[in-house]
Amino acid sequence: MVGQKVDISVLKDMAREFREKILLMTYYAGSGHPGGSMSLVEIMLSLYFYKLRYDPRNPLWEDRDRVVISKGHATPVVYLTLAKAGFFSEDDLMKGFRRFGSVFQGHVYTGVSGIEFNTGSLGQGLSAGIGMALAARYKKKDFDVYVILGDGEVQEGSVWEAAMFASHHKIDNLCAIIDYNKVQENGFVNEILSIEPLKDRWESFGWNYIEIDGHKFEQVFDALDAFTSSKGGGRPTVIVANTIKGKGVSFMEFKHTYHGRAPTKEELEKALAEIKGGNTV
Amino acid sequence: MSQPQPRPTRDGFGEELVELGYEDEKIIVFSADLEDSTRAEYFKFKFPNRFYNVGIAEQNMVGIAAGLAKEGFTTFVTSFAVFLTNRAYDFIRISVCYSNLNVKLCASHAGVTVGEDGATAQSLEDVAIMSVLPNMRVLCPVDYFEARRITRFVANEYGPFYVRLSRAPYPIITSESDRFEFGKASVLEEGEDLTIISYGITVSESLKAAEELRKEGISTRVVNMSTIKPFDEKIVLRSAEETGAILVVEEHEITNGLGSMIARFLATKRPTPMEFIAVNDEFGVSGKPYELLEYFGLDWKNIVQVSKKLLKRKKI
Repeated sequence: MVGQKVDISVLKDMAREFREKILLMTYYAGSGHPGGSMSLVEIMLSLYFYKLRYDPRNPLWEDRDRVVISKGHATPVVYLTLAKAGFFSEDDLMKGFRRFGSVFQGHVYTGVSGIEFNTGSLGQGLSAGIGMALAARYKKKDFDVYVILGDGEVQEGSVWEAAMFASHHKIDNLCAIIDYNKVQENGFVNEILSIEPLKDRWESFGWNYIEIDGHKFEQVFDALDAFTSSKGGGRPTVIVANTIKGKGVSFMEFKHTYHGRAPTKEELEKALAEIKGGNTV
Repeated sequence: MSQPQPRPTRDGFGEELVELGYEDEKIIVFSADLEDSTRAEYFKFKFPNRFYNVGIAEQNMVGIAAGLAKEGFTTFVTSFAVFLTNRAYDFIRISVCYSNLNVKLCASHAGVTVGEDGATAQSLEDVAIMSVLPNMRVLCPVDYFEARRITRFVANEYGPFYVRLSRAPYPIITSESDRFEFGKASVLEEGEDLTIISYGITVSESLKAAEELRKEGISTRVVNMSTIKPFDEKIVLRSAEETGAILVVEEHEITNGLGSMIARFLATKRPTPMEFIAVNDEFGVSGKPYELLEYFGLDWKNIVQVSKKLLKRKKI
């Protein structure tokens, strides 16, 4: 089965709704990672409502495309997307997120239907994705593997171990997507430890390199299509998606303080009003 | 009958892995550029399409193995004990153990008997840091034959395992026809005055010590605890009751090895006079394997001395 396809105008409404819900979820949980979830909204929606092959009624369907969320803290947007795609009820998610006794743990967890791999310690997802991509070869299946990386995460050495392996072994059913929102826990990525020049680095590691605006659905779609049409060329693909941490709320954008903290009541109200007004989305 | 030649347990691992490769197409083997030393190359020669030398990149190796295991494959990850368990620890913790995936970490060159390469190559913490992980089970074969049985066992039993293997030849203690039972220790020598519990190469040193003690009228039980986690509680409790004194000997750091685990168990079940022979909060040094066993007090002579000390405490 192919995931449901949705028009861009509908996706734009969903994006707005997701940003509201990311804020609400983290507010009610009293903790979480809103900033790096808001930057990833269009990418997640594009994957699940434009590109991926999956079946929410049969989440372990052998031919499904696999997604590994290596930036495992992005649970608000990841779980919301899976709920919207039909893997579980959004109501259960909103009530359970980060709460004792719920499967909706703070970092992505395979107890949640549709989650392929446990993460939460950064720099592990790309290796796991390679393992899954190799599994497709052994099983003679044509599924694809997508790995969502944070930009700060690219500082982990293991990412580059994996990058080397993937091109050496010509793993071209593997697509890494970097959510390049420019901000990590304690400040700007390129002030803390620059990951640039990303293009030169990934290309020199033998990857197809695609750079896009990660908030423009058309560009995300095109990049995902470019990846699948590159299959057979023997090169893995990296999509560097330029995004905005805290996208959609003026006082949250590019602010590292919202990497790992929930909004206060006052901030929440202000933020929701801004998103409803649609000023920056 | 002539005495069989000592052999490293890594040989048993490598040879059994080849047998398993013929039987199970879902076995995939990884090496971080040490397959000649770990004997994983035996598998590489027979099944090159199911073998990866990932380069010197232990973290990525464990992560890829976990990804394949998630897809239903049985993965064997090999390196030196010191690099695999320390370098890739966080990957082992999250990608393998938290996810409870079918990954077998088979590490050779454990302990001080690696020898001349010295401290950086001698793994003395691996049992402690692997045992602390939920879902991980820890095994150390006592000889070549047990290495073959344990390799076969972990291949066929679901979930994460750590198998501790040696570079140095270990004396042959078991026979080819013996059976391996997971979680069950074997009593190699019966005795009434004290029990020595050990695993790996120090088991044969313990047997020599028991022979020596017997000459002096001291009856010593020797237990091979090849399943370290979960260890055989029944045999520990029974030995505490029947012999009243327990000495744990291990080629490992004294902190949080098997001795610590047994002491914690007995403290609540049946407090018993105990002694511990292990490496005492220090790094290794270069030397020949048997020189190092002696230097760290892991040899039979020191086991005899400490056993006598323990017996004096028992009488008080």
